Amino acid sequence: MEIIQLFEYEFFRNAFSSAFLMAISCGLVGTYIVSRRMVFISGGITHASFGGVGISYFFGWPPMAGAAVFALIAAITTENLTRKKAIRNDSLIAVMWSLGMAIGIIFIYMTPGYSPNLMSFLFGSIITVTHLDLALMLALTIIVMMFFTVFYKVILFVSFDEQFAKTRGIPVMLINYILIILVALTIVLSIRVAGIILVLSLLTIPQNTANLFTNNFGKILFWSVVIGFTGAFIGLISSYFLDIPSGGTIIFSLVILYLIGRLVKMVLVMRRFTGAGTATAVSNGKGPVQGL
Amino acid sequence: MRELLLSLRNVSAAYSGKTVLEGVNLDIMPDDFIGIIGPNGGGKTSLLKIILGLLNPQSGHLKYNIARYEIGYLPQISQFDDHFPITVNYVVLSGLSKGMHLTTRKKSETRDKIEKILDTIGICELRNRPIGELSGGELQRTMLARAIISSPKLLILDEPNTYVDNRFEQELYRILADLNKSMAILLVSHDVGTITPYIKTIACVNYSFHYHPSNEITNEQLKVYNCPIELVTHGPVPHRVMGEHKHG
Repeated sequence: MEIIQLFEYEFFRNAFSSAFLMAISCGLVGTYIVSRRMVFISGGITHASFGGVGISYFFGWPPMAGAAVFALIAAITTENLTRKKAIRNDSLIAVMWSLGMAIGIIFIYMTPGYSPNLMSFLFGSIITVTHLDLALMLALTIIVMMFFTVFYKVILFVSFDEQFAKTRGIPVMLINYILIILVALTIVLSIRVAGIILVLSLLTIPQNTANLFTNNFGKILFWSVVIGFTGAFIGLISSYFLDIPSGGTIIFSLVILYLIGRLVKMVLVMRRFTGAGTATAVSNGKGPVQGL
Repeated sequence: MRELLLSLRNVSAAYSGKTVLEGVNLDIMPDDFIGIIGPNGGGKTSLLKIILGLLNPQSGHLKYNIARYEIGYLPQISQFDDHFPITVNYVVLSGLSKGMHLTTRKKSETRDKIEKILDTIGICELRNRPIGELSGGELQRTMLARAIISSPKLLILDEPNTYVDNRFEQELYRILADLNKSMAILLVSHDVGTITPYIKTIACVNYSFHYHPSNEITNEQLKVYNCPIELVTHGPVPHRVMGEHKHG
């Protein structure tokens, strides 16, 4: 009952909506990141964005705008230099990662007065989501959903085997750039939900939970959204009732869902081995061609 | 009338400024079955990548009488991330893509094509299997299905016999011999010693390029070339011995 009453508060409705929207964006974009093993790249982009937050504080600009600019620069630089093989990929990411944090802390230190929202940038603050944030999240979510729906196969083919995709005439470079830009924007908007330090988990834990049960790219996309939203919702509610920061409870919920997933999978596998659960045995791949 | 599919003239390849292959002159005809052999690092894969348009030649030029998407490609299998969440169906489907679309118009047409090709390769029962659950040989078959589903005019295979057991290797060559009736084939093998009898002509690649347009064996050639160890087999002459490379 009390949970329903929570929806009478505007801050809670906003938090709920943003959790819903970012679960969709992070679910889709995160599946791409995880499948393509780009988690470390995403970490670099996330932390680089802190430089933008710092500079924005100093000049009195909206922090999210600064974060977005820095994230986009980091994303495009990584994509560009990696493709040219101009520098070791992981070293480049480490440089961006720490440079962003360094710029951020220097400018925040130079900014006169106390920086009240600093913690919310580092650890997220979903209950302070504004209408502008929500509007941006909605726009991004629509773009991400449309892109992943319309170009599902192209994204899958490019992610799996870039070289082969090129031989089929797919504009691989364009697709890569669009995706890395969507990754950067999703990360920046998710900072409201989970903060710079925790945001990576929104893009990886639901995917890995889904991946426990399916190896189908499309199904991971779908279940990541469902799991991400469930975790965010449970985290949001427990944050309210336990009176602890929402960023932490959301990540905690996601991890618990993952552990439950592991447990369920263990039971399924054990039942299959003991023969008690023949009905639950995972499909062995026979049957007609599905889902094309 | 045999029409030239593709010709390479004085093509050379380089990686970060360092030449890895030079002097490639090759005409590919529709019924060719060319084996490219040579040691690892000799420039075989670079040559394939140039033909596929994945690598720009350092010098020389290529003339295509076919579109790029009319070339089927089976890359080296070791380059795949076998944890990638994709099923056999979709891997094979990617062979039907052409730009942002598929070459097939209808879903039923797409399904039929996949069905048929999986049947030809003998992996029908694997269609919904994620690639991480395939054996090396099964993955190799999947990649072959992907390469040929679009009925290319030229099929390029980079070491298709890696991870393949002996039985499938024989089957693979039979399939290729059959495909060769309708498409040219370019097959790279790092295994200098063994080459399938279905291969019609051979090119040796090791920084330089030597094409052996005929596979006749003369007594003179039956001497030392490319036979580091003696092979013992039963039946007809087990070796294919090629003419010496002319330098200069």
